[in-house]
This record gives sequence, structure tokens and C-alpha cells, in this order.
Amino acid sequence: MTSTVEPGTEPYLPPGMPEPAPGGDGLEAPYWEGTRAHELRVQRCNACETYQWGPEWVCHACLSFDLGWTTVEPQGRVYSWERPWYPVHPALKDRVPYLIVLVELPHAGNIRMVGNLLGDPLQEVVIGSEVEAVFEDHDEADPPFTLVQWRVTEEG
Amino acid sequence: MGDTGERTIRGKVAIVGIGETTYYKRGAAPDAEFKLGLEAIMRAADDAGLPVRDIDGFASFSNDRNDPPRIASALGIRDLKFSNMFWGGGGGGGSGAIGNAAAAIVSGYADYVVAYRSLAQGQFGRFGQGSQAPKAAGAMGFTQPYGLMSPAQNFAMRVRRFMHQHSVGQEALRAVAMASYTHAQTNPRAVMHGRPLTEEDYDNSRWIVEPFHLFDCCQENDGAAAILLTTPERARDLQHKPAYLLATAQGSDYRQAATAHNAPDYATSNFKTVAQRLYEMAQVAPGDVDVLQSYENFTGGVMMSIVEHGFCDPVDVNDFFTLDNFTAPKGKLPLNTSGGNLAECYMHGLELVTEAVKQIRGKSPNQIPDAKVSMVTSGPMVQPVSSMILASEPS
Repeated sequence: MTSTVEPGTEPYLPPGMPEPAPGGDGLEAPYWEGTRAHELRVQRCNACETYQWGPEWVCHACLSFDLGWTTVEPQGRVYSWERPWYPVHPALKDRVPYLIVLVELPHAGNIRMVGNLLGDPLQEVVIGSEVEAVFEDHDEADPPFTLVQWRVTEEG
Repeated sequence: MGDTGERTIRGKVAIVGIGETTYYKRGAAPDAEFKLGLEAIMRAADDAGLPVRDIDGFASFSNDRNDPPRIASALGIRDLKFSNMFWGGGGGGGSGAIGNAAAAIVSGYADYVVAYRSLAQGQFGRFGQGSQAPKAAGAMGFTQPYGLMSPAQNFAMRVRRFMHQHSVGQEALRAVAMASYTHAQTNPRAVMHGRPLTEEDYDNSRWIVEPFHLFDCCQENDGAAAILLTTPERARDLQHKPAYLLATAQGSDYRQAATAHNAPDYATSNFKTVAQRLYEMAQVAPGDVDVLQSYENFTGGVMMSIVEHGFCDPVDVNDFFTLDNFTAPKGKLPLNTSGGNLAECYMHGLELVTEAVKQIRGKSPNQIPDAKVSMVTSGPMVQPVSSMILASEPS
């Protein structure tokens, strides 16, 4: 089910956008290592098996510090969406509107992830639509990173 | 110990002075941000009839840059007894700073505490722009690379979900914007005084981020405001009719600050638990409230604040959210009667507190006749949020 942006395809947003970087404490590093491998890795508590997102140093459900990371199916459904028209960053000056979706992962405790919805930025977005992840490689960046975008597979 | 009946600020604190600078468009203030803050504090003391050097406590919010030690040194405050910052950004601490000031007075830490906010976005950064940093570290990496960077974008996602869950139309948001602009037309202090808004203007205005039009978004302004509080006993020696605090409440619901938009209860202004505690302390019900100042970072936040403070069921939003219902003096729930953040000034919501006091004094530009209970809600959708209830009598 893993999808990758076709070779030669431009990233959804233009160059110059802020690039993801783990915080100084390394909390998010396993996630970004996962996306480089085109896998969606999220926190799951080794003690009580609760999924947790975003990552934290303690399990919110059982307060265990024994948190692990697990790879989940890169699929979900649209929980909410928005279409920015005002360019809040210089890199976006000629790239509005665009679409941002909040995707929930029903098979992983309904955790949610933010990404762009690929395709026509003026498309009608239907909450509840099924989506799949598309791994968007930024190999030229220093260090390289991979974003997770989303594509509708079945309208809700 | 354990006598919860005594653990309240209800009737034990009065607002005795309010001070405001001229309110300016962003970048238009002729004075330094710190000087604006001093002016507002001095005006609040003058308004009360109190020598400014009698102020012995300071409370602010939203990481105000102008710290109490510097202010106290500048003003020659003899004995700084209380200096306090309410955690969190946005306007979530507007009522919270009042609450913290009140707590200092009730506990005996200080006698005359001023809550203040000074803001000159023209001299520092703007709120409405995304980060220009090349890297998005930590949790910001989950949103900023996707172009989710500004407050409007952060909150549009929650509002869209609420509108979806409760089948709310765009007209509900429009009514909130219309109320602020309508009230600003009779308020000469309002930045948008003389700039009326029609429904057509709203509908034709550009999108900032769907579902927010331009007029769903607060202004960005320069200016300062200050609120002076003391005990009811000391208030009797001062020159204005006191506005008594019946309650303030602050806080954040279960895991509301979970990153990457993972708050379990997502389509919320974050007031569900705060509102409950507020009404319990105040010993009033929503139906007792004569007039409401509800922080508009964005109109959708006002919508959820009104719902979560019990003025309207979610299923009734489309019917209840009309300009008539929100317009002073005859509306069912007169809303943002100075013009608020949208049309008076974005003084991070502290201008909403000054307006709530003016309603109790009978001095609002859109006065509710004989207003007895005046309420403020501060900072929907941020963490933590706060709200407060003022009254013309201490109990």
C-alpha cells in the first residue's frame, strides 16, 4: 500500500519551506527515520499498547516510560481540512491556495497527522474520505528528509 | 482547613481603575511598546484616583515583553510584592491575569495589583505570519513543512471540524463579525470606527484560510491596556463605582495541548471545564449574564466559546447566531460591545476586560441599561484559556 511520489515530480509545496528537524532531545527522531524508509512509525506503549501521537516521553494512558515505536499502515481518513489562501510564508507567495488535511488513523487508536492533500487544490474535500500516505522525498536537503502527504482513495 | 466555602475570590476583589492608550493600527504607534505600557498603567491609577506608586503588584500574560521589575523601577514603585506571568500564548490569559491578580489580593500578597498588556507588533514580530526559520524543530516539524504555520491556520482546522459535526453554516461566523463591526461604529476609540461592515462586504471578502474570511480574523494592533484591582474595602476610598469579581477560572481540558492536532476532544474552544468552574464560583447561570465580551482571535472561536459557556446548544448555532441577537442593547446576548479584537483593537483581549468594566459603570459606547453581570471569555482554542464574571454588587 506504500505510495511514493513519482520520480521527477515536484514536491507539493515550493522550496524554501521550513524543513523538519528533531528537537534537541531527539523525541521525534524515530518518526523521521521511518519516513526516510517510507514507513509510518508512531509511538506505542510497550506496557499498555496505547498508541500515542505526537510523541512524548511518557505514556499518557499508563504513565510508563517504556514507550516503543511501531510501524502502522499508512492509511487513514480525513478528519478535518483547510484551504489557505493567504501566503503566510514568502515561499508560498505563488503557491496559494493549497490544501492541508488532518488525517485520523482508525487502526492506530485514532491518532491524527497533518499533511497536504495531493491533487487539485480547489477540489472539494469530504470529511471521512479514505486516504493513503504518499512519501515525498527531499533528497537534496541537508540533511535529507521525507514528508508524508495524503491522497484520496475513496470519497467518504 | 478543607472549608471550601472560603476558597473563593467571589466578592473579595474589585476592579477600580482602567487605563488604555490610543489604539493604533499595527506599526502606527508613535511610542515605544514599553512607554505605551507605562501610559496605560498610569492611566489606570489616575482613573482610580490612586497614586501610581501605591501599585505593589503586576500580572500579565502571553509572554509580555515588559517585565514588572523594569516597570517598577521605571515608575519608582517602592515595594514590588507580586509579579506574575500567566503561561501560554494567544489571549488565553486575559481573564487569567485578572484572576492571578485577584488571588494575590485575596491571599494578602499585595494590595493594589495591575493586570496589563502592552503590544507594538510594528516594533517586534507579527502574529499573523509564519516562522521564517529554516528548520521546524520538534513538534513544529509535524505542521510547518506542510504550510500550517499561522494562528488562523492552526484554528481553522478545529472550527471546520465543529462546523462539520454540527452542520453550522458560514452565516454563524458572519454574525460574530457583524456584531463587532456594528458596535465599533458608535465607539470613537475603535480602530474600525467609521468603517462599517455589510453582509455583502463579508461575503465578498477574500479567504484567509477556509473557513475564515478576512473579517473572521482579528486585527493586529499597537497599544496598551491596564486594569487595577484591590479589595472592596480599599475600593471605597477610590473614585469609581467598583466592578466586583464574582469569579475567574482558568485551565485546559484533557490533553488539549497534545501535539500535531491530537487533542482527543478536538472541535472545542477548550472552555468545557473552565466554564463549569467559573459558574460554580460565581454562583450565576448563563441566563443571568447581561453582556458578553468573547475573545475573537477568529469568529469560529467565539462560536465555540458561546456554546461551551452554555448560552446556546450546538444544534441551535445557526438559529441563535444572528446580528440581532448579538446587538446592544436589545439583543438576547449583546456581544463584544466595544467592537472587540475584530473592530476596536487587538489588545490581546485586555480591551475586552476594560469594556466589561465600562458596562458595569454604565459608560460603554453601547451600554446595556442597568447591566449587573458582565462576562469575559479569553483566548478560545489555546491552552490554557480563562474567563471571568464581573458584577455591580459583591454578591
